[in-house]
Amino acid sequence: MSLFDDFMFRALLAGLGVAIAAAPLGCFVVWRRMAYFGDATAHAAILGVAIALAFDASVFVGVLGVSLVMAFAVSSLSNRGYAMDTLLGVMAHSALAVGLVAVSFLSGLRVDLMAYLFGDILLVTVTDLAIIGAGAVAVLVLISARWSSLLTATLNRDLAYAAGLNPAREQMVLTLALALIVAVAMKVVGVLLISALLIIPAAAARPLASTPERMAIFAAIIGCLASTSGLYASYQFDTPAGPSVVVAAGALFLISALIAPALRRRA
Amino acid sequence: MPELPKWGHSMNLITLSGLSMAFGGQTVLSQVDFSIKEGEIVTIVGPNGSGKSSLLRAIIGAEQPVKGSVTQAKGLRIGYVPQKLHIDPTLPMTVRRFLDIPKRVGRKAAEAALADAGVETLGERPLTGLSGGQFQRVLLARALLSNPQLLILDEATQGLDQPGSAAFYQRIEQIREERGCAVLMVSHELHVVMAASDRVICLNGHVCCEGRPEHVASAPEYRALFGTGTGGALALYRHEHSHSHDETCEHDHDHSHEAAE
Repeated sequence: MSLFDDFMFRALLAGLGVAIAAAPLGCFVVWRRMAYFGDATAHAAILGVAIALAFDASVFVGVLGVSLVMAFAVSSLSNRGYAMDTLLGVMAHSALAVGLVAVSFLSGLRVDLMAYLFGDILLVTVTDLAIIGAGAVAVLVLISARWSSLLTATLNRDLAYAAGLNPAREQMVLTLALALIVAVAMKVVGVLLISALLIIPAAAARPLASTPERMAIFAAIIGCLASTSGLYASYQFDTPAGPSVVVAAGALFLISALIAPALRRRA
Repeated sequence: MPELPKWGHSMNLITLSGLSMAFGGQTVLSQVDFSIKEGEIVTIVGPNGSGKSSLLRAIIGAEQPVKGSVTQAKGLRIGYVPQKLHIDPTLPMTVRRFLDIPKRVGRKAAEAALADAGVETLGERPLTGLSGGQFQRVLLARALLSNPQLLILDEATQGLDQPGSAAFYQRIEQIREERGCAVLMVSHELHVVMAASDRVICLNGHVCCEGRPEHVASAPEYRALFGTGTGGALALYRHEHSHSHDETCEHDHDHSHEAAE
């Protein structure tokens, strides 16, 4: 167990776990244009932190609960006459603001807000690792079990109906998976950067892939590269770990975007 | 399915009774009774906003009726060809991979379906790079892979030129001959489609008239909606049934425009 005593090793495992689980989910977020949806869910997580601290409950449970409520609220409000991006803009920022105000009421407690906004991957404990691992496995199992149905519903709702599927149910599956990934990834990159971990690797994988499955696999590889190199840079240059991982992912996206025209010419 | 005569089998694949549909409080369809039997080709015609698409969406279960019922035969396999399919550019999808939607299919089955639809050579091409006609055929190939008892086409030839859509419908007739599946389609291209149909339903918020193509074409309700020009085109088409569709097409360009208005 001596390896697990090393904080860098635990941080790396946490980063890799979240990157692998976020990859296929991130692809769906990109394909379905749900980027803001991830943001809204993640921003609501701060409210979950406040509630958990106030009631002395587990932060993971608080965040998961509020993220779920938020995700399902957005899902069911989306057909009520507001454009989706407007609705999400309202919900995401309101949720974050309510969370920040709620935390300020907890003045008796010393709340390190920065740790929740930007994550503290270097402080990941063995218990955190177990939660991240279990959450990542749950997301991967959920997404791969329903992969074909999710893909059909993403492609076209009517095709899904004609095949006897219910697109609303597939939306719920994604919503649930998104709430789960937010709850487990908060420790790693913080609520402000969770969307980055979902979207950037998937976006960087797009020009390299010709099928949905390959895009998900490339996204996982890019996410793992970003986690590893980001953590390494953070250790070398003493930069904040979560943002360093996102910077690395952004750099990989840039490389992929630059070589994309050459790939297209070859194809 | 074994070889069957062309139409008129007893089993109803889909039965609608007293179906009414509404959007935002606005009734778009009222009191529609409809059924389609094994091996039958039925075409729905009607002006824009007549409820054609609503009817199809009720049949596949995408919309719930406000009144009446939709009954599918037990375990009915539907092959659905949508009006258009927008592929988000962020979603990489080759023709071959698309055939695996919603269920994976074997290589042989995929090749056979592509051949049936007349696009054998497109397998590894990305969907986004196809022409309109190729794309429609790929949509058809995918729909055929579930070995459907009922093939549903929603304005499947939109954006194709006349010879292109005539060839497409000829393909549909051929597929019905070979596979014995029923076909339900919605179309604007009255003369081409009607000629290939066993039964035509003229829709305008309700069923105006229905019956064999020549009966509908001469019905006063139909003429009130579409004018009389198409009747002539249809007769011409019927007359030259032994010729290829493309030849006939040259004769009735003008009529088709009139009919599509």
